[in-house]
Amino acid sequence: MNGTMTEQTSPTPGSPPQGSFGGLAARSAAAVNPTARISIRNLEFFYGSNRALKGINIDYPERQVTGMIGPSGCGKSTLLRVLNRMYSLYPGQRATGEVMMDGRNIVAPEVDLNDLRSKVGMVFQKPTPFPMTIHENIAFGVRLHEKLNKAQMDERVEWALTRAALWGEVKDRLHGSAMGLSGGQQQRLCIARTIAVRPEVILFDEPTSALDPISTLKIEELIDELKQDFTIAIVTHNMQQAARCADQVAFFYLGELIEVAPAAELFTAPRQQKTQEYITGRFG
Amino acid sequence: MVDAAQEHTVKSYAEELKRLSGMITRMGGLAERQVADATEALVERDTDLAALVVQRDIEIDQLEREIEAFTIRLLALRQPMGSDLRVIVAAMRISHDLERIGDYARNAAKRAIVIAEQPQIGSLNGFQRMARLVQENLKNAIDALVNSDVAKADEVWAADEPVDEIYNGIFREMLTHMMEDPRNITAATHLLFIAKNLERIGDHATNIAETVHFAVRGDTMTEERPKADASAYAVIRPPQ
Repeated sequence: MNGTMTEQTSPTPGSPPQGSFGGLAARSAAAVNPTARISIRNLEFFYGSNRALKGINIDYPERQVTGMIGPSGCGKSTLLRVLNRMYSLYPGQRATGEVMMDGRNIVAPEVDLNDLRSKVGMVFQKPTPFPMTIHENIAFGVRLHEKLNKAQMDERVEWALTRAALWGEVKDRLHGSAMGLSGGQQQRLCIARTIAVRPEVILFDEPTSALDPISTLKIEELIDELKQDFTIAIVTHNMQQAARCADQVAFFYLGELIEVAPAAELFTAPRQQKTQEYITGRFG
Repeated sequence: MVDAAQEHTVKSYAEELKRLSGMITRMGGLAERQVADATEALVERDTDLAALVVQRDIEIDQLEREIEAFTIRLLALRQPMGSDLRVIVAAMRISHDLERIGDYARNAAKRAIVIAEQPQIGSLNGFQRMARLVQENLKNAIDALVNSDVAKADEVWAADEPVDEIYNGIFREMLTHMMEDPRNITAATHLLFIAKNLERIGDHATNIAETVHFAVRGDTMTEERPKADASAYAVIRPPQ
């Protein structure tokens, strides 16, 4: 393991505006890191003839957590699936517009999907460990992208499990089945599997909705640590979770991006009436 | 008080927010009455009424504790966001302001009992005018909260200057009475404190207006509030 990832340091991520009562809601762009890892312009998405995303413009700041909220069917999960071209698996689904990452438009047809998915990892709602050993669960993906010898692979597995805050719990049973882990451990294994291929961006789709409160907090703590190295997008139905985890939060409704703002701002003094109604539980 | 563009999905939560609004309105009404009665007791030399004002302050204190407990409960159990969060935090702040207003009214009433036994000095017109202005601001601030009326809150916020001006006048007048005849000192000193109490009540009314502005709009007033209290610099020279 060359250790470059663990040594990567980032400027302290912007903290939400703090201070007095009034400061809580102070309008401030300072909480948002200016460098965008992903820049979306005029994105439209179609399921056949049904337009599921309408003219989306949003930036995902580097090494920050972007929370995506909104009622079911608002397009937030669709957008997440655009970011790693998951939709390309299904006929009749297409995206237009620009999703710029590293100077390339990732929705362009010529993009190498294997390469893209090694850069943009995804963690799903239900833990999805492979029916293999813990070690193999992580080594499997790495082998698709890199040729490592056994010592290097062991090092990579340890690194990924350590970053996913799971190493201590599984180091003595690496060759036991992953299916024997608890739900929270399985989800952390999936996170380890995702970061083992050293992506730039990690997408979380409702990562804790199947977990108990303590496992949920462990995942949230992990997300907070992972943002030192990765740019993170998380779709969640739990607004408190978005409030706890995210640096910026985007609210979607009927395929449109209604508002995006630093979390402390969006949850105390949103600008748009629709956002206000949604976060206070007046619809949705 | 609640942004009622659309009803809450959870009805019991909407009921609780309404109840909170009701508690604040009741507390505001009590505080207004205390200010009015303390002033009347002073002007009419009515020591029974003054004693009643002193006694009734307990109700305001009790309401403050109830509102505080209720807001903490709402924060813990409902995890409010957006306008609901702002309204709940505002209710807590406003209840503190109203509690202080109650304290000032009680203190004015206590002093009115002492003053009733002293010789009458000058006219108390200034006190009546000041009390009227302060009560009106207080009432408007609470109405602004109940009706989510930012314009009204902003008016209250800017309307404290005349209160300060009357206070300056009373300050000079009382110093003059003291210089004229040392037997006036007891009454004049108590009257000065009462004037200061009314002036402070006016300031708390503007605090409430600021809080209402935040609760409704989500931003804070950044300008410096217009103020005219110049008594800190006042010097009255004794007659030669």
